[in-house]
Amino acid sequence: MGEDELNLTRYVLRRLAISVPTLLVATFVCFLLVAAAGDPLAEQRSRPGANQDAIAVLAHELRLDEGVVPRYFHWLGGFLSGDWGSSIALEPVFDKVTSAYGVTFGLVIGAEVLALVTGVLVGVVAAVRQYRLADHVATALAFLLFAMPVFCIALVLKDFAVQLNDWVRDLGLTGLLGNPWIRTSSPESLESHGFGDLVVKYIGAYLLPTLAVMAVSFAGYSRFQRASMLETLNTDYVRTARAKGISPARVIFRHAFRNALIPVATLFSLNFGVVLSGAVITERVFNWNGMGSVLVTAVNADDPYLLMGWIVLIGATVVVANLVADVCYGVLDPRIRVG
Amino acid sequence: MRRGRLVLRRFRRHRLAMAGVVALAVLVLAVLIVPLWWPHDYGDASFPPFVPPNAEFPLGTNKIGLDMLAQIVRGTQLSLLIAVTVSIVATTLGVALGSLAGYRRGFTDAAVSRLTDLFLIVPQIAVAAILVKVFDGSWFTVALILSAFYWTQSARITRGEAMSLAQREFVESARAAGAGTARIITRHLLPNMTGTIAVNATLAVAQAVLLEAGLSFVGLGVQLPDTSLGRIIFDNYTQFSGRPWLFFWPFGVLVLISLALNFIGDGLRDAFDART
Repeated sequence: MGEDELNLTRYVLRRLAISVPTLLVATFVCFLLVAAAGDPLAEQRSRPGANQDAIAVLAHELRLDEGVVPRYFHWLGGFLSGDWGSSIALEPVFDKVTSAYGVTFGLVIGAEVLALVTGVLVGVVAAVRQYRLADHVATALAFLLFAMPVFCIALVLKDFAVQLNDWVRDLGLTGLLGNPWIRTSSPESLESHGFGDLVVKYIGAYLLPTLAVMAVSFAGYSRFQRASMLETLNTDYVRTARAKGISPARVIFRHAFRNALIPVATLFSLNFGVVLSGAVITERVFNWNGMGSVLVTAVNADDPYLLMGWIVLIGATVVVANLVADVCYGVLDPRIRVG
Repeated sequence: MRRGRLVLRRFRRHRLAMAGVVALAVLVLAVLIVPLWWPHDYGDASFPPFVPPNAEFPLGTNKIGLDMLAQIVRGTQLSLLIAVTVSIVATTLGVALGSLAGYRRGFTDAAVSRLTDLFLIVPQIAVAAILVKVFDGSWFTVALILSAFYWTQSARITRGEAMSLAQREFVESARAAGAGTARIITRHLLPNMTGTIAVNATLAVAQAVLLEAGLSFVGLGVQLPDTSLGRIIFDNYTQFSGRPWLFFWPFGVLVLISLALNFIGDGLRDAFDART
């Protein structure tokens, strides 16, 4: 047992030793790219009656008058010591990006957990009842969700919620659930009276974006789980377990299920970046002030340090998600830890 | 040759896949033929705004008076063009690098793997947005930018396949007979991977259609006056509840394309898989 854990730790450390340099290279490449995107102060400079001296001072403060490479190392040094620089509006990047990140991350984690649980469950049911009604329904749903871009799901949900709110009003439930109950816009002003009220309002605000982000992941997980479950159900050791007279439920969960989870762990790590961009787009539909609006602001203004803060934070999240998937991998499949 | 015919026969028996082929063929023909005689140009904004669907404008007009049918035809053309370009460029690049890494192992493999890791870590949507700004927003640039992120997927899959094929006797005997890396990859590895590559390339088209739409939806894809399906949805989505026809037609075409491609991919997978 002790040796097992040691192996897992060594395995995670090895993965980390590969990821950190990759992340560093990624920041350098992105920094060059961001610098090439354009002069962030061009608009201010070209404004009629602009105070060129003041702009020069600002450019100096943002170190825009230096070369790209020294600027990168200065940024990196500051970044590692907690100073993420300031945006061209002179707001601290750290505060701006982390508060937006909180909003987006809450959305992504909620949606991913829900998608994993429901996707795996539906996948198992579809595999066990292959070619029956439940399987056909699950397959049709997954195909349909796969074929829709995430923002379209969000738009359809938003429209549906507007009608649902009307029904809630017509049924006279607004006193219980609030008016409007399901929010189709930003959740920032969650004024509440007591815990129960907060829960209702929280659900009302997060419901639609979470469902939209969840939908696409759910489709992927359920398909993957179904395929790998079918594969494990056909293996010799499962047939042996059945032949020994072990109950079907025990065979499915103890013998087949655990091994069928391994491919889903792979999908989780490969998928995480896609889910993050899906969340960023979904936020735009619901006018949330999350990473999506920060990105659009930063790109439109060519804001270098704001963009870098954004990129590093999202990149680091993907790295961590990959590590989590790796650990799950190691737990699920002991063979991976060795070697 | 015999195997090709076998695969084709199995594919034809996959009903959903055949439906996908027919639907896609009809759609492609439609967007190629309709502009030849359709009187309204997709960029002509001289029509009255918000006309509901009628005889002159079968799909209505939008808020600045663009004919929606002409818009959707043009948008479908560009979305498909971008997606197919992405699939071809990304698959070619991915297969080349992936098979090289899987066959050569060692340094080549490490270099390609680190490169794919790099592309996985970098947030696509941010980098794509910056690149669209650095270059112009023409369809070809957008396609190349999307390809830059897409090749990693086929590279990873091809690498795995190449690794296991490289262990087989026929590859060893070819090597013993003095065949070089290029010959072994093109003559011995690739023909045995056609199934995987074809399935992956088909699904890549489907995903690229959606990816392009997402990029356009945040206003960072194809730039005006040109348009794509994602761009049309982006331009009109605020009218969603009041004038649903402005949303549902481009949305329907997008889903149709993506569904058809997914079915074709599934049919191809079944057709090739049955061999083993």
